[in-house]
Amino acid sequence: MSDLDVREQLLQGTAPGEGLAIELVGDGDLVTADMSLSIGPAHPATHGVFRVVFEMDGERILRAKPVIGYMHRGFEKLAEYRDYRQIMALVNRHDWLSGFSNELGVALAVEQMLEMEVPERAQWIRMLMAEWNRILNHLMFIGSFALELGAITPMFYAFREREDIQHLMESATGGRLHFTYNQVGGVKIDLPRGFLAESARVSKLTRSRMPDYDDLVLGNEIFRGRTVDIGPLPTDVALSLGVTGPALHATGLAEDSRVTEPYLKYGDIDVEVPVGRNGDAYDRFAVLLGRIRVSLDIIDQIHDHMTSGPVNQKLPKMVKAPEGATYVRTENPLGQLGYWLESDGGRTPWRLKMRTPSFSNVQAIPYLVQGQLLPDAISILGSVFFVVGDIDR
Amino acid sequence: MGLMDQVELPKPVKYVFNWGRKYSLWCFNFGLACCAIEFIAASTSRHDFIRHGVIPFAHGPRQADLLVVSGTLTDKMAPAVKRLYDEMPEPKYVISFGSCSNCGGPYWDSYSVTKGVDQIIPVDVYVPGCPPRPEALLDGIMKLQDRIQGESLKDRIAAVRRDPANIGAEAGMALDAQSLHTAAPAELGSGG
Repeated sequence: MSDLDVREQLLQGTAPGEGLAIELVGDGDLVTADMSLSIGPAHPATHGVFRVVFEMDGERILRAKPVIGYMHRGFEKLAEYRDYRQIMALVNRHDWLSGFSNELGVALAVEQMLEMEVPERAQWIRMLMAEWNRILNHLMFIGSFALELGAITPMFYAFREREDIQHLMESATGGRLHFTYNQVGGVKIDLPRGFLAESARVSKLTRSRMPDYDDLVLGNEIFRGRTVDIGPLPTDVALSLGVTGPALHATGLAEDSRVTEPYLKYGDIDVEVPVGRNGDAYDRFAVLLGRIRVSLDIIDQIHDHMTSGPVNQKLPKMVKAPEGATYVRTENPLGQLGYWLESDGGRTPWRLKMRTPSFSNVQAIPYLVQGQLLPDAISILGSVFFVVGDIDR
Repeated sequence: MGLMDQVELPKPVKYVFNWGRKYSLWCFNFGLACCAIEFIAASTSRHDFIRHGVIPFAHGPRQADLLVVSGTLTDKMAPAVKRLYDEMPEPKYVISFGSCSNCGGPYWDSYSVTKGVDQIIPVDVYVPGCPPRPEALLDGIMKLQDRIQGESLKDRIAAVRRDPANIGAEAGMALDAQSLHTAAPAELGSGG
C-alpha cells in the first residue's frame, strides 16, 4: 500500500489506525496521521524490558507513555510468604545493581521494630559494602549510557573496574551481584583476613582510573553534543514527580539521606553531595561520576574508622518482628529507597511496601521527552538511570 | 534451508561444516533481569566469550544463531520472547541462562512469573545459578559447541519441526505477540 493510499484511507476514515487514538494533523492534501512508535519491551536503550510508546510528529515527540510491568515478579506479595531471613535473599533482587543496599533497608527496618542494637563493627562493614555497591551500580550506568549513545569502549572500561570490585566483595560475601550478606542484627560473617588492605588497594586503583572516564566520555565532543542541554529537569518538577538520587542532585538540590537523615554511622563522617547546574543529561552523568569519587572518599574514611568487635548477634531460631509498623528510607545508588514494613507478630511480614527510586524516576520521562527529537530521547532514557526490576518489582 | 535439510552431508564435509558453525555463533542476548548483567560481564574483557567464537553483536533475532534468555521471564513478556524466537532463522539454538529462565528460580511461587522459558521455546543448554557466574556461561557455550559439532543438520531441522513447541506457532502465540503491539495506541488514548 502506497503512502497515497494511506492518505486516501485516512481522509475517508477507513485507515487501519481508525478507532485508535491517532490524530490527524494538517488539512487538505497534506493531512497526515501522528505516528505511534513503540520502543521496547526488548530494546537496548531501555536496558531491560521497559517499553515506551512515543506519539511522533515527524522526528519530534508529542507525547510519551511508559508501559511498565514486563518485569513484575510480585516481590511485595512474595515477601509475605518469606520469613525475615529469607526476605534478604528476595529483596536484593528487585534492583539487581544494588543488591547490598536493598538488603540493608530491610535489615534496618526489622532491627528498628525489634529495637535491636547493631554492633559498631557491623555498622561500619555495612557502610563499606554499601559504598562499594554504589560504585558498582554507577559504573554500570556509566558504561551503558555511553553504549546507548554509540560508544562501546566505556563499557569495557567500566567492567574492568567492576570485575575488581566484584572480586573484592565476593571475597567477603560470596556473591558477585546478590550478596545476601546482611542479616537481622549485623552481617553474616566477619570480613576475611586482609580484606581492608585489599579494599584500600582497589580503592586506590579505582581512583587512579577515574580520569579515564573524564577523558573518554565527559570531555568527548560527540558525547557533549548529545547530552548538553538535552532533557533539562527543573528542581521543582523533579520534586513534584518524586525524582530522587543522582537525577535530583543534577538539578542542583543536594537532598541525600546520608546527609539529611543519617543512618548507620554516616553522621560520623563527611559525605559530600555532588550537584549539577540545570539537570540535563550531561549533568546527570557528571553527578554519577562525582558520586563515585565521593564514595571512594567515604570508603577511605571507613577504613580509618573501622573498629574491632562482633559483627552479628545471636538470634532466636525464628526471628519475629513485634506487632506494628515502621518505615525506613535509605539512600540507594539510584535514589531514595523506602520500605514500609508492617507486622502482625508472625514469622513473616504482614505487608512489605516498597518505595523504589526507579519507579519514581521514570515518572519524569514523559515530561523530559516532550517536544524533543527522537535521537535525544535515547540520551534522556539512558540518563534517567533506572533498573527495570526496581520499577516493576 | 534448501538442500541441507534433505541431504545427509558426507562425514568430512559435515565435520568442517559444523566446525565452522560452532565457532561463529551470532548471539542475541535477551536480557531480562540480573543475569543480563552477568552476560555482559561474560562478554567483556576478563571473561571474553568472543574468544570462543560467540559474537554478541547480532543486530536482531533475524541475524542471530543463538538466543540467550537471561533473566526472569514473566507472563507478560512471554509472547515477546516467543515472537523473537520465531523470527530467528534455522538452525537456531537457545541457552537458558540462570535459574529464573530455567524454572522460575526464587520466584517459583510468584503469580506473574513463567516457570521456565522451556514452556514456550525449546532450550538446548541450561545454565544454573542465581545469577550464574560468567564462567558458567562459558561452560554452557562450550557444551553447546560440542553439541553442534556432533549433530547432523538434517536431523536437527527434522527434530525442530516435530517439536510440539513449534507446531501452530504462527497461529497461537504469534497472535498474542501481535495484540501486544496493536494494543499500544489504544492505551495511549485512554491514558492521555
